[in-house]
Amino acid sequence: MSFLVDSVIMVTSQVLFFGFGWLFFMRQLFKDYEVRHYIVQVVFSVTFAFSCTMFELIIFEILGALSSTSRYFHWKLNLYVILLVLIFVVPFYIGYFVVSNIRLLQRQKLLFACVVWFTFMYFFWKLGDPFPILSPKHGILSIEQLISRVGVIGVTLMALLSGFGAVNCPYTYMSYFLRNVTDSDILALERRLLQTMDMIVSKKKRIAMTRRQMYQRGEDQSKQTGIWGMIRSVTSPPPNSENLSLIQQEVDALEELSRQLFLETVDLQATKERIEYSKTFQGKYFNVLGYFFSIYCVWKIFMATINIVFDRVGKTDPVTRGIEITVNYLGIQFDVKFWSQHISFILVGIIIVTSIRGLLITLTKFFYAISSSKSSNVIVLVLAQIMGMYFVSSVLLMRMSMPLEYRTIVTEVLGELQFNFYHRWFDVIFLVSALSSILFLYLAHKQAPEKHMTM
Amino acid sequence: MASLDRIKVLVLGDSGVGKSSLVHLLCQNQVLGNPSWTVGCSVDVRVHDYKEGTPEEKTFYIELWDVGGSVGSASSVKSTRAVFYSSVNGIILVHDLTNKKSSQNLYRWSLEALNKDSSPTGVIVTNGDYDREKFAENPVPLLMIGTKFDQIPENKRNDVLTRTAFLSEDFNAEEINLDCTNPRYLAAGSSNAVKLSRFFDKVIEKRYFTKEPNQMTGFTDRKRFNFKNLHYD
Repeated sequence: MSFLVDSVIMVTSQVLFFGFGWLFFMRQLFKDYEVRHYIVQVVFSVTFAFSCTMFELIIFEILGALSSTSRYFHWKLNLYVILLVLIFVVPFYIGYFVVSNIRLLQRQKLLFACVVWFTFMYFFWKLGDPFPILSPKHGILSIEQLISRVGVIGVTLMALLSGFGAVNCPYTYMSYFLRNVTDSDILALERRLLQTMDMIVSKKKRIAMTRRQMYQRGEDQSKQTGIWGMIRSVTSPPPNSENLSLIQQEVDALEELSRQLFLETVDLQATKERIEYSKTFQGKYFNVLGYFFSIYCVWKIFMATINIVFDRVGKTDPVTRGIEITVNYLGIQFDVKFWSQHISFILVGIIIVTSIRGLLITLTKFFYAISSSKSSNVIVLVLAQIMGMYFVSSVLLMRMSMPLEYRTIVTEVLGELQFNFYHRWFDVIFLVSALSSILFLYLAHKQAPEKHMTM
Repeated sequence: MASLDRIKVLVLGDSGVGKSSLVHLLCQNQVLGNPSWTVGCSVDVRVHDYKEGTPEEKTFYIELWDVGGSVGSASSVKSTRAVFYSSVNGIILVHDLTNKKSSQNLYRWSLEALNKDSSPTGVIVTNGDYDREKFAENPVPLLMIGTKFDQIPENKRNDVLTRTAFLSEDFNAEEINLDCTNPRYLAAGSSNAVKLSRFFDKVIEKRYFTKEPNQMTGFTDRKRFNFKNLHYD
């Protein structure tokens, strides 16, 4: 009886998440495009719904809601479904939509989509070889095989995003890094841009006029057919076409210049807006926050280095350690069990919400930046894949932040994975990503003022 | 070459509707082989015979400014784009017949371009709401072009064409529906070619042959204004 009630609750919450994913897709991601293949929207919402359900189950685990057998059942069910979606459904549809964009392969879309899927599976399987993620007692078709590989990909993604985010966040918040841009800089660049456009226009007018004269005089290119025509064009090429190709080259160079000027102007405008924003209250608040974040970022890099160098993976989670410290060193007595449950609930809740929100925002930004009307379907599916893998591995890694009694369900359901490996791998990739982002941002920052010096 | 004066027509529309292909077709009479994203603005020139076939025939160069981007771009991109909108003599609004959103976005595109127009008779719109009457007395001629005509499925054709007819009424503009990869749609003598020619004639008339003060914002235009007075017959 209770199982039925629990299942109803789970299904309702899944429907809610599905609806939220659907709305997000329509309102945010696809607001400039028309949805022609509803399957894309369905797949995206399904991935989102099942990923959120996993987080929900963790919360229920901490709170002790629902009976533990039904929780276990739903965990397993959810895991199977999400693996099915991430490994079979989404890659297949990605292959299908990529193939349908290529004109040559229109005839046998399904066949080629299957070929793409098999290639994906091959590389996916090969991915597991260099990593010590499994104990040898697992069979070939067990769920641990699939989860371990999904975990590797997802953890790499998480670490890359965290590393970059940890460095980029203070860089964007703090106004210390803002270059000084005045209105006259922008006006000067705009004037240059317009002048370049004018030059392009006048050269194109010359080309058009010359072409028209050639056409009227019958000196068309099509007249130079036949052997005689070719020989004649070699010895004495018509002077106009030589001129034309020269002017055309100049036009190409000018067009490249105009594109660069345009991008620089956009950059300056964006910087000017950021300067204006930093003078408001919100801007100042974020500026201060930026300083805190930079300290946090340095701390995290430091900790990651220590973890790698000293080959240690933290055994206790922050909640228990925090409680230990307060009880032992500060001498405050309180009901450990009660508080540990609530604190871990809050902590895990915050982690979940911020990671979902952060991921959705990043995905949206990424989508706006690179999608076009042709590739929007493919990109959304790729984003759904990334999102699914990201959430699965955050469940994996979240195990570390929870006290022992709540870890059991994750360990039980996901099987005997080498969790320590994942944490080590996360630290390594985080370090690499953070350091390379620092390098990248430093170079970009250095290069920009030099560009303006040449004005 | 100094006798050929300057006329600027903007080509606006969402990204991916086919503006670059269209401009290439209009100016080079050839199909664009490898369309790629337009960064910033690309200009091309079309030679147009004003009042073709009559004794007052005169050749003009029409500059087609193909401005890339989407309506939802960041405000820094929008402010940079605004640089291209000054002293505009005509606007071609391009939308994709297979994508309804691109037609709806045309309102926002036209507002963005016309709001930047600093002429005294320009469209003054508050709150970004479009007002039909204002479009009716708008001094800048508009033309609506729907692309990817060949990709509409047969059964939807009537609905799409009715919808675009309503749209062009709202803008008080002519409409042309074509496929940019097929020059047949603009073959000489076809109704599309006639509409196009009429549009360009209207643009030229508004620019040169009417006595009301037109948009003369840039100092380059003022120089040409003097030129125009010199060789005006």
